Order: sequence, then C-alpha cells, then structure tokens
Amino acid sequence: MSAVTALPTLRPRIHTGRVSQLRVAESEWTKLRTLRSTRYTLLAGVGLTIAFAVIPAFVNASRWSTMSAIDKAGFRPLETSLIGVSFAQLAFGVLGVLIISGEYSTGMIRSTFAAVPKRLPVLWAKSGVFGLVTLVLALPSTLIAFFAAQAILTGHSFNGHDIALSFSDPGVARAVLGGALYLTISGLFGLGLGAILRNTAAGISAFAAILFVLPPLMNVLPSSWNDAISPYLPSNAGSAIMQTGSPAHTLAPWTGLGLFAAYTAVALAIAAIQLRRRDV
Amino acid sequence: MIEAHNLTKRYGEQTAVNDLTFTVKPGIVTGFLGPNGSGKSTTMRLILGLDAPSQGEVKVNGKRYAEFPAPLHEVGALLEARSVHTGRSAYNHLLALAQTHGIPRSRVDELIELVGLESVAKKRAGQFSLGMGQRLGIASALLGDPEVVMLDEPVNGLDPDGIRWIRDLMKTLAGEGRTVFLSSHLMSEMALTADHLIVIGRGRLIADVSVDEFIRRHSKLVVVVRSPQATELAELVAGPDVTADAVEPGLLEIQGLTAEQIGTEAAAHDIVLHELSPRQASLEEAFMELTRDEVEFHANASISNELEGAIAA
Repeated sequence: MSAVTALPTLRPRIHTGRVSQLRVAESEWTKLRTLRSTRYTLLAGVGLTIAFAVIPAFVNASRWSTMSAIDKAGFRPLETSLIGVSFAQLAFGVLGVLIISGEYSTGMIRSTFAAVPKRLPVLWAKSGVFGLVTLVLALPSTLIAFFAAQAILTGHSFNGHDIALSFSDPGVARAVLGGALYLTISGLFGLGLGAILRNTAAGISAFAAILFVLPPLMNVLPSSWNDAISPYLPSNAGSAIMQTGSPAHTLAPWTGLGLFAAYTAVALAIAAIQLRRRDV
Repeated sequence: MIEAHNLTKRYGEQTAVNDLTFTVKPGIVTGFLGPNGSGKSTTMRLILGLDAPSQGEVKVNGKRYAEFPAPLHEVGALLEARSVHTGRSAYNHLLALAQTHGIPRSRVDELIELVGLESVAKKRAGQFSLGMGQRLGIASALLGDPEVVMLDEPVNGLDPDGIRWIRDLMKTLAGEGRTVFLSSHLMSEMALTADHLIVIGRGRLIADVSVDEFIRRHSKLVVVVRSPQATELAELVAGPDVTADAVEPGLLEIQGLTAEQIGTEAAAHDIVLHELSPRQASLEEAFMELTRDEVEFHANASISNELEGAIAA
C-alpha cells in the first residue's frame, strides 16, 4: 500500500441516479461471477450431469453381450442418461444456498442491504440471475449427457431393436429439456432455503434432507400411505418430468414439475416476507 | 443531518439502545463516544435500517434511510464488523456495490486509489489485514459521494499514517458541508478529530456537548502529594470543595486546591512534603469515570453540572 497523503477531490458530487431492479441484477451478476467457489460449483454441476450419463452408459454398453435378458429388458436408456441430474442438483442446490448464506456468514449482507435497503430487489435479482445462469448451463449439460450416452449405447440391440434412443422419440425431448428445468428449480429451491435459514450448514442440510433423505424415509410408512404421499414430495414430483411412460404412483410430468416449482415459489415467498422484517 | 428521536432497540430482555434523542449536524465532525458494548454499533445499524427500532425513529436528511431512491448518495457507512465477502476482490466488491446505483467503474478506480489499495485491489478481501479491510470499508463508504459519512471505529487497525489520513479526511469532508459521524471508544482520538461529542453508556445518552466544553468541564486538576504526615495533611485540607484521597500510605491525591495552596498550608503546620506535583487528569480518565456506572442522565448541555457532581463524587 502506498502512503496516502493526497486528500480527495470529491466535488463536484456525483449523483448517478436511483437503485433499480435492473441495476441490482447487474450487481448480483457481478457478485456471482466474481467468486471462485461459484465457478467451481457451477462447473461441478455441469461435469456431474455429463459424467454420470457417460459412465453408466459405458458400463452397460461394455457388459451388454453378457447381460441377462431380464436385465436387458429392464434397461432404461433415457433414465440412464439422466442419472447425473440427481448428482448435479446437489451442486446447484448447494450453490443456491451459498449465494445468500455466504453473504450472511461474511457480513456482506450488511453492505448489500445498505446499498439496497428495500431488500426485496436483492432477492429477486439473485433468483433471476442465478436461475438464468443455471438454466443456461443446465440445458447444454442435459443435452450433451443425453447425446453422449446414446452415442455410447448405439449399436447394442435387444429384441432386434437398437437400444439407443433418438431425441425425437416420444417423451425424450420433454425429459431431457425438463431435466435442465428441474436443475434450475432445484437451485432456486436451495436459494429459498438459504434465504430463510441464513446459514450455510443449515441451508445445505435442509436441502439434502428434503430432497434426498425424505423420499426413502417414506418407505417406513405403510405402503398405501407411502404411495399416497411420496408423489407429492418435492424431488419426486419434480423428477416426474424426466420419466417416460406412466409409472404408478407418480404425478404427470408437467404436474409434477409444476408442483416442485410451486414449492420453490413458496420457499422464496417465505424468504421475502422474512427478509423485509428481520434485522440483519 | 441525522436525527434520532427516542430511539430504542431491545434484543429480547436486553436493551441495547435506550431512548436516544440526538441530532448530528452537517459541517462538523461529530464523535460518537462510548465504551465497547454501549450501543454505538447498534445505533448505526438502526440509522441504516439494517435493524428496526423497537421504539422511536431515526431519520437521515429528513427521511427514513430505506425511503431514499439512491441511499448510497445519502449515507456512506463503514460498519465495525467486516461487511465484505471474503472470497471477492476489493475491486469487485466495490464494483458490485457501485452497480446498484449505476455508479461508473471510473469512480471505483478513483476510490481504490484514494484509499491506497491499488496494489491489492485484485486480491481476495479475505487475505486483507485489518488496516486494509478498514481502507476498503472507507472506500465503500465514500463510493456514492454521500452527504452523510458514518464510520464505526474507523481507526481500528490503522497504522499512525492511516490514522492521520482518516483525521484529515474527516475534517475535509466536514469542511465540504457534509455530516460526519464517527464512533470510537477512545476519548483521546475524539479530542483530536471531533468538534462535537455524543457520549453514550449502556445504550443511554450521557452527554451531547462540544468537545471544547467537554474538555473544559471534565479535565480536572489533581495535586499529588507525598508526605510522611499524609493523614494529618488530609484532615487539615479537607473541606466541602476539597477532596483528599489516600491512594496509598503516604500518598494523597488532592482535588480542589492548587499546589501553591497546599504547600503554603503544609508549611504553616510544619508538615514535611516529599513530593508536590500538579497533574491534569486525562480526558480518557474523565470519560471512563463518566461512563463507568449506569449513569442515568438525560443529556443536554445544561445538565453537565450534575455530571460534574457525579464525577467528583
């Protein structure tokens, strides 16, 4: 640091205008892209989506000639190419939590709310910018995951049909593009939880508990209860968009994804109400 | 201009800020003085609307802070606890804040140069020393070229060069007609920087007085006397306006008489003196005395007589 002796020339005073939603969004975009942890986590999300499509596709393709007919009949090429989405949703969800909880843990939130004391524009800007970034990254990720997995599977057949799917097969486009929407909503769900809980550990725990721990826990319930409740859990509802056919005890694809989006909207709405009221 | 009216903040059972009423005027440096934990930081958070008051209100330039369409042009604040994401560089931190108001990048560069952080502007703020962190905080405070500058313990962690720089900066800003409000728990620092003082203890207002007035009233003359006949001397000089404290056997601190008066009196009664030295009680002592107890005064200048009584007692 150089010695500071020169006094500032602050006049004439600069007055550049008011805080606007667009300006807050620009600020949030700067915040998002200038943290190393953000870039790594986004990269992890993309990598996981693709890697966990390619690896299982490769394993199945290489073992195809020795697999039993039952295994072959049960093989689901579409779901296989979207396994990575489950892993990636953890990355995007954790990042969603961190985008807001990281500001609380470092004290940045005080600077943020001193600049935007109405507070809500910050929540909307964070949601919008992060949602858009996630979608822009998740879309090519699920597409690459699908085409890479199918490229590996092609040439292997069952009952005279090639097991690889085409993008134009029924339900495929909806499932693959829907997978990207599912990841985006997962990220925003994490953001909502982070904003409500204002703590990184609590936010990530809640995210994992709701999306990963709750569904298998339902198995301890009597099966009729389980069947009645399970489809409405956030992760089960959301992942209906990635399923083809109409499996039992599952919501219709868009109904399910819509419900997941509704849960996320509720989380963000609770966060918004609290944000206005609570001390920082 | 900052105006607080009956400002009160309670956290559960605890009252952090208790019925504060004061005005911080533009054009001068106003010191906000109080021991650690007396409610200074809470008051500043209330001014910025980060915390909501339990009772009362505080306005900046006539409005609640949150009502301003461009708040960074109204108030620039450095808060005591670090308010920077540790993973982001100083430059990007300032840029993100600037963008909320459409403040250009050139202004960010200008401030980085002003606070002397050019060489570390691209480094992550988490690696900053306390002094560098303070400089970054001051840069954020001045980003919007605000009418009101509010700094919580700004000299914390700064080297002597930096401290002098802050003092000059504060005076310059006040000279430009801005409202400058800075907190400290050090009276000596305030005596050098501030023109006016708002003193609080345990969340209550203790004094709202000019620095000159404060010094005049509260820096007391004490005469230290060492004598083998200290007890005798103490009885001799004691009176309604004179106190003689036996600090240790053979050592007195006498208040209310000059060294000459004590020496003459001792000579008249054949009392042997080994030491007779006048000493100005420091402002720091006066301040500590003032804030030590739960002093329940409604402060305005006219009450300082009572305060003097409290200090002498």
